[in-house]
This record gives sequence, C-alpha cells and structure tokens, in this order.
Amino acid sequence: MASSLTNEAVASPVGIEAAEREESLVRKERPVIQDPEALERSHRRNVMWWRIAVGMLLIVGWEVFTTIGWMDSYYWSSPSMILQTAWVQALKGNLLGDILYTSGSTILGFVLGTLGGAILGLTFWWSRKYAEVCEPYLVILNAMPKLALAPVLVILFGIGFTSKVALAIAMTVIVGAISAYSGVKSVDADMEKLMYSLGAKRWQVFTKVVIPWSMPWIISSLRINIALALAGAIVGEFIASREGIGRMILYAGTILDINLVWVGVVVLSILSMIMYGGVVLLERKLMKEFNK
Amino acid sequence: MANKVEVIGVSKYFMRNGKEIVAMQDTSLFIEEGRFVSIIGPSGCGKSTLFNIIAGLMPPSTGKVMADGQNIVGKTGYVGYMLQKDMLLPWRTILDNIILGMEIRGVPKKEATARALPLMEKYGLKGFENHYPKELSGGMRQRAALLRTILYDRDIILLDEPFGALDAQTRLMMQNWLLQIWEDFRKTVLFVTHDIDEAIYLSDDIYVFSARPGRIKAKITVPMARPRTQSDMTSPEFTELKQRLLDLLSEEVRIAEASERIS
Ligand SMILES: Nc1ncnc2c1ncn2[C@@H]1O[C@H](COP(=O)(O)OP(=O)(O)O)[C@@H](O)[C@H]1O
Ligand SMILES: [Mg+2]
Repeated sequence: MASSLTNEAVASPVGIEAAEREESLVRKERPVIQDPEALERSHRRNVMWWRIAVGMLLIVGWEVFTTIGWMDSYYWSSPSMILQTAWVQALKGNLLGDILYTSGSTILGFVLGTLGGAILGLTFWWSRKYAEVCEPYLVILNAMPKLALAPVLVILFGIGFTSKVALAIAMTVIVGAISAYSGVKSVDADMEKLMYSLGAKRWQVFTKVVIPWSMPWIISSLRINIALALAGAIVGEFIASREGIGRMILYAGTILDINLVWVGVVVLSILSMIMYGGVVLLERKLMKEFNK
Repeated sequence: MANKVEVIGVSKYFMRNGKEIVAMQDTSLFIEEGRFVSIIGPSGCGKSTLFNIIAGLMPPSTGKVMADGQNIVGKTGYVGYMLQKDMLLPWRTILDNIILGMEIRGVPKKEATARALPLMEKYGLKGFENHYPKELSGGMRQRAALLRTILYDRDIILLDEPFGALDAQTRLMMQNWLLQIWEDFRKTVLFVTHDIDEAIYLSDDIYVFSARPGRIKAKITVPMARPRTQSDMTSPEFTELKQRLLDLLSEEVRIAEASERIS
C-alpha cells in the first residue's frame, strides 16, 4: 500500500494532494497506548483504600455496637476501652516489659530453631544412608503436636525465659530440617558432577553448591516458623511464667478483667503482624541473594 | 609424537532392569597433543560415558585411560570437562562462575579475576561480568561455560555436544569462536557432536562410533588446511567427506533403531 501511494505521489500533483489528505486524516488520531502497569498501579491503590476503609468500618462498628448495647461490652470490650486499658497497663503495669519478653523468646527461638533445623537438614546431604534412616523419625516428629510437650519442657527448663525459647525451638526445628532436606534432595546431580570434574572435594561441593542451592527451600520455611515460634512462646507462658503477654492474658482471665484480655489479644496480633512483616522483608532480601 | 591421551581397551557395562547393557566395548583412542578430535555416533552409543570415564567421574569396566603417560582412571581434575548443559551456578555472577575452577584449586580471588577479565574481554563476554546466567542468551552462556573450562587450565578438554541446543546461526558463530580459542590456546580437544558439518569444520580427526555397544567404526583424518573459513564448507573435499561420514552414520543409526525395536 505504502509504496503504491508514493508512486502515485511522484506521478501527479493530484496524487500529492490525495496523499496529504490521507496523511492528515491518519495523523489526527491519537494513539491509544496500552499501559498495563498504570492499570495495575491504580488497581493496587484502589484495593488499598478499600482495605483501610473496611478496617475502619469494623473498628467503628465495634465501638458503636458495644456503646448502644447491640454487643455486650462485658465480653466484647470496645476499641476505646481496650486503648484506655492498654494505656493504664503501660503506665502502671508492665506492658512494655511483657511485650519485650514475649517477642524476645519468640525471635530467639525462631532463629535458633530455624537455623538448627536447617543445619540438621543440610547434614543429610553427606550420607544418603544416614538421611534415609532419619527420615521417618523426622516425619513422626513433624506430625507430633509439640505443644503437648509444653509441661515437660517447663519442668525441664524451669518457669523462666529458657523454657519459652525451648518451646519455640521445638516448634520450629523440624520444619526447618524438613525444608532444608527437601532442598538437599533436589540438588542437580550434574551440578555436583561439574564440581567434581573441576577437582572439587566433597566439602567444596557442599559449601559452593549444596548450601546455596538449598537456600530457597530454607527461606520458604521462615514464614511458617515465625508463627509457630510465637505460638510456642505463648503456650509456654500459659503453662507457667512470671512475665510475657501470654501470662498477662492468663492472669487477666483469672481476675475476670476482660478488657485486659483484649489488650493482650490485640497486642499479640500486632506483634505477630510486625514479626511476620519483618520475616517477609528478610525473605525478600535473602531470595534476591540466592534465587537469581 | 607422543600421545597426549590414550584410551586403552575401555569397556563399560551397566546393569539395568536385570539386563546387562554394554555402553562401550573395547574402545581404544590414541590422541596426539594439540589435536582437535571429534567423536560422532548415534545417540546412546556411549559418548558421554566415555567422557565421564576420561574425566575420572566413573570407573571403566575394563581397560584404562592414560594422560601424559599417567594412569588417570578415577582421577578427577586432570582434564577440563564441559557437560552438555552449561551448568553455570545460577546464584553466581558470570565472572564468579568463570573463576570457579580456579577458586576450587585455591587460586586467590584477586588473581583469578585478574586472569579472567582479559579473557572475557577478548572472547566476547565483556560487560557481562556482573550479570547472572539467566540474563544471558544460550550462546553467551556456552561461552561462559567454555571459558570456565579453559581457565581451569588443563591441557586436555572434553566438550560434550556444547552447541547442541543452539540455533543454526548462533551455532556457526560459536564454532568460529571455538576455533579461535583453540588456535590461541592449543589445547588437546575431544569434542562430541552429532552434527557432521560441525565435526568436519572443526576437527583434525573424527572418530565414528558404532551403535550400542559403542565401538570405534572408523577414524578419519580431515585433510583440509587451517585456518578454515565458512567457504570451506562448500568445497568438494568437504562434501566428499561429508558423504562418507553420512554413509557410515546412517548405517549405524539404522542398526541402533533396529535394536531398539527388538528390545
Ligand atoms: N549411570 C548409568 N546407569 C545406567 N546406564 C547408563 C548410565 N549412563 C549411561 N547409561 C547407558 O549407557 C548408554 C550410553 O549412554 P551415553 O554415554 O549417555 O550415550 P551418548 O552420550 O552417546 O548418547 C545408554 O544406553 C545409557 O542408557
Ligand atoms: Mg551424550
């Protein structure tokens, strides 16, 4: 088409006019640019606003319904009461200390459990026989409800900080080990072969291939483990403790201070969200490093 | 002239599903220093198995492998070996992949990098030092894998179908690239391919393997002078040689297919 148009244009002045007319017609139209990224951005913004709105609505609804008596404020407390109780507890009680105690044992247990588990899982690369002998025990330990062990661990490690950390470790170590072992099992045999062909010793294959290869599997266990560690720490405090949010909730329950129970629940939720967010950030950073 | 590599009476038997598979039978190769030697044969005839044995990754069932007059059966690290897949470690940059062999040998990183960078520049990988393998095209990845093998600094290198997965255009470019490297370094190269043109264009000698059980059916010396150019691919010598190889191979492929139908 285009070539026939130019031929004509060269041949006659009428042709030039016709071509110009046609061109001006074509030019008038503004191009419609398909921009999926902009659509995606505005969609995200939209969703975020809706989420905030829904959250506000729930809190306001909670407040209103408890005030007008549609919800019994004795059981449900109310956002304003919870805030007020929290304020009093922060000033006169030991709310901050409790928060530090619970998050401390959770994070310590999470790190030690996940790290220890990952190291255990990685050792399975060294001997298939050793790995396969251990495998069923790993499965059994994973299926066992570790929280049921809480009283034993408290008796073993006392009612202090150690028993909470121990429980958090018990909750996380097996998940860490199983994840790392899945990674180890999937190492590309040809990649090992390449390493040996370059004269590598076994430990070099282990540090240069097996560990980095397994990292994405290990990292994928972080999210589950932070939640498990928190559950372990809280149950430990339920069993016997002098400090911690779990202990605060238990204590508030026994003196029928429902408002304080709610403070504990809200604080734990926020704590859990913050730690989860932290782990997601860590995960992203690590994934960037190891999952090119 | 002394032989650089001698494969003497090597066989390899595997047991699979209770049946004995003869991957290679009584194979002997004598390869002089600095030659470019190709091995062609129908798939499954034991070419990769032979390389695994030479690289010391797998013991032969019979026979031995000598390099520089030493028995290297079961000894890894004596030859540079490039596997069919590029096997670049995905979490390492191209530079860090290329120096992997030196790193394993304990060469300090600075020194290794100093050796690698000029070669990367000379052989078309400049600017890719800090890229990750998945950001590179197939041809570039093969270059990186081959440079890693070269920088491992052995006199003998084994290349197992390195260009098998590349498209025709890239392949031709890579063949010329490989010839340049070979002329610069003068290593003894063993090269597996199933592409007859590639074998003739690159090699001094071509071993034709028979269908399983693999054994050497013919050894053909390519009479064409070096350096070779693409136009040699249309010369009468080339065409004649190609016809001969095609005849030899098609016979073997028929046998291989027939035996597959029986088993
Ligand atoms: N580790 C192994 N175990 C069992 N059989 C094998 C093994 N490696 C190779 N084989 C068999 O040996 C034969 C030759 O394989 P290979 O050397 O890969 O052939 P090629 O590289 O020539 O295509 C094939 O039949 C293959 O199935
Ligand atoms: Mg092969």
